Amino acid sequence: MSEPLLRVADLRAVVAEDGTEILRGVDLELKAGEIHAIMGPNGSGKSTLAKVLSGHPAYEVTGGSVTYRGEDLLALEPDERARAGVFLAFQYPVEIPGVSIANFLRLAVQAKNPAEELDIFDFQELLLERMQLLEMDPSFAERAVNDGFSGGEKKRNEILQLALLEPALAVMDETDSGLDIDALKIVANGVNRLHEERPEMAVLMITHYQRLLNYIEPEFVHVMVSGRIVRSGGPELALELEEKGYELYRDEPAAV
Amino acid sequence: MPYNETVANLGLEEYKYGFVTKDKPVFKAQRGLSEEVVRQISAHKDEPEWMLKFRLKALGIYNAKPMPKWGGDLSGLEETMDQIYFYLKPQERMERSWEDVPPEIKETFERLGIPEAERRVLAGVGAQYESEMVYHSLKKEWEEKGIIFESIENGLKLYPDLFREHFGTVVPPADNKFAALNSAVWSGGSFVYIPKGVKVETPLQAYFRVNSEQLGQFERTLIIADEGSQAHYIEGCTAPVYSTDSFHSGVIEIIVKPGARFRYTTIQNWSNNMYNLVTQRALVHEHAHMEWLDGNLGSKLTMKYPSCYLVGEGAHGQILSIAYAGDGQHQDTGGKVVHVAPNTTSQILSKSISKGTGRASYRGLLKVYDGAKNAKSNVECDALLLHDTSRTDTFPYIEIEEHSANVGHEASVSKIGEEQLFYLMSRGLSEDEAAAMIVRGFIEPIARELPLEYAVELNRLIELEMEGSVG
Repeated sequence: MSEPLLRVADLRAVVAEDGTEILRGVDLELKAGEIHAIMGPNGSGKSTLAKVLSGHPAYEVTGGSVTYRGEDLLALEPDERARAGVFLAFQYPVEIPGVSIANFLRLAVQAKNPAEELDIFDFQELLLERMQLLEMDPSFAERAVNDGFSGGEKKRNEILQLALLEPALAVMDETDSGLDIDALKIVANGVNRLHEERPEMAVLMITHYQRLLNYIEPEFVHVMVSGRIVRSGGPELALELEEKGYELYRDEPAAV
Repeated sequence: MPYNETVANLGLEEYKYGFVTKDKPVFKAQRGLSEEVVRQISAHKDEPEWMLKFRLKALGIYNAKPMPKWGGDLSGLEETMDQIYFYLKPQERMERSWEDVPPEIKETFERLGIPEAERRVLAGVGAQYESEMVYHSLKKEWEEKGIIFESIENGLKLYPDLFREHFGTVVPPADNKFAALNSAVWSGGSFVYIPKGVKVETPLQAYFRVNSEQLGQFERTLIIADEGSQAHYIEGCTAPVYSTDSFHSGVIEIIVKPGARFRYTTIQNWSNNMYNLVTQRALVHEHAHMEWLDGNLGSKLTMKYPSCYLVGEGAHGQILSIAYAGDGQHQDTGGKVVHVAPNTTSQILSKSISKGTGRASYRGLLKVYDGAKNAKSNVECDALLLHDTSRTDTFPYIEIEEHSANVGHEASVSKIGEEQLFYLMSRGLSEDEAAAMIVRGFIEPIARELPLEYAVELNRLIELEMEGSVG
């Protein structure tokens, strides 16, 4: 058995501001190249898990561990985690007025490899090639990051960043929310292509609905309720959830 | 990083223009302001009688006017004014070639990169050192087109009629206390005339340097852009860092004749011991365009509101203002537009950044007179606060007498948000890089209007100031 890329063990986290407990002992393992989905009702803590993995300052880890490539991921700052290959596709990407996507991405790609100065022409070429892969218009790169973007444009911008930063682990937080079916197909198609291109990339999808999983097929599905993973299985679990809903899990005994 | 450590790391001591040059001035007036000093200045300049009278009258107005009670804290200024020198003549005459400028003064401007910029990108350069222009030169191709680019003193001597017709007409001495002061003791500054239809493609630049401790600099600039002409004038300012305060109070008068387009850019980076109180105003005639691009980065206190008087039908005025207030600095800046004629349009866009204990105030006046039919104006002021101790205020005065006027006003205050920082950091940028990127994006609408070299310099300054600045 090879060592997992990511191992989350008994992870507990609270809202830093008021101490409300959100994660109550999460256990999860991902190997390189695997596609996992975490499903769960609103308020189950699945988005919090994504943010905690990336080091969002609004949450405080109170117990458990996260091991990434054998190292303690929780000891790293958010930017260090990113440079180590952990990528979070945001549920609500943030607007950065006045900063073009091209400029932003150039600095982000440069940050990944600080020892070597990124050639601006090489970067332009790479950016154009990646945009073509995702069927994006080149003019998109000149727009300010997420400023005035539609929901679909924001999500596509996340996938473009994923395509350029080439992480080892992509955490996708509710990538399907706010997308119509056409936009969803484009985004899912992009992720699938990137995974074909780099099959070693692990993907952790966080979603409320089964819909996304029709387009990006996970090998493993986990159900999260009240801050814990209460059941894990294969793709059939997602279909069962679609049919029966989360009702079944409402009475699941809370973590004691 | 803990907040206190952050504040200690703000890097304001990295002001790179704070060096002092040892020189030998040829004349230094006594400290403080008096009729005698005013007469001495006039005598040194060998002025006609009317100018001496103008100065003395202005001195009377200055003495009669109270210190303004609004704007920044001027309580330390009166004491400063008793201590400073109002006139200091650095060399005997103004030179046309850098070779003839005394070596120590020339070296100062070399260190500021002025001769280099002149060779590469400018149509002409004026350099003021203490109270006088020590160098003024215009490239031959522009001289041949009849452009006048002179020190203000030479303007008065060589073009007495053109000078007298316009001098003091845009900013009369009684306009405000500091305009009166400048009118009494003015020295140095430029006289510019762009002939009808001439378009100057590269900028003219004036650079203002105060070297001595406790010196007041009172330059006066008069610019006439004749019908259909087009030009861009840039001024830059720096001074050494002293423990005592200095004082800079300029007056800029611009007449933009019908159909002309004029842009005046200021990149003020005075040291943090400078009171900077400046009156800048343009009269804009039929279908002419005036643009002020006002960058205030330095000084202890700046009070400056570039203004456009839209007196001709279809005139357009634009004021782009960017202010940066670091620890202990107060930038009280903004703009003023007065719509007098019909179908006039204007825009004010102000962006300010306050860091540490810095304070940035937007102060603006928009006035539309009865009869300025269909006047249109849009005012937008945005403030960005970097710390809980940073401060911003907005004082927008709007006076509309004309019913058909269409006026918009928007103001916003924001902080560098945790979510923005986290988003950028989650892509691998360090906290400092992320904060600098947010600030660069914030000022981008104005930075993009700057000549490339200035935009680069502005970004470099911001990056320097942003190091370790996020708590």
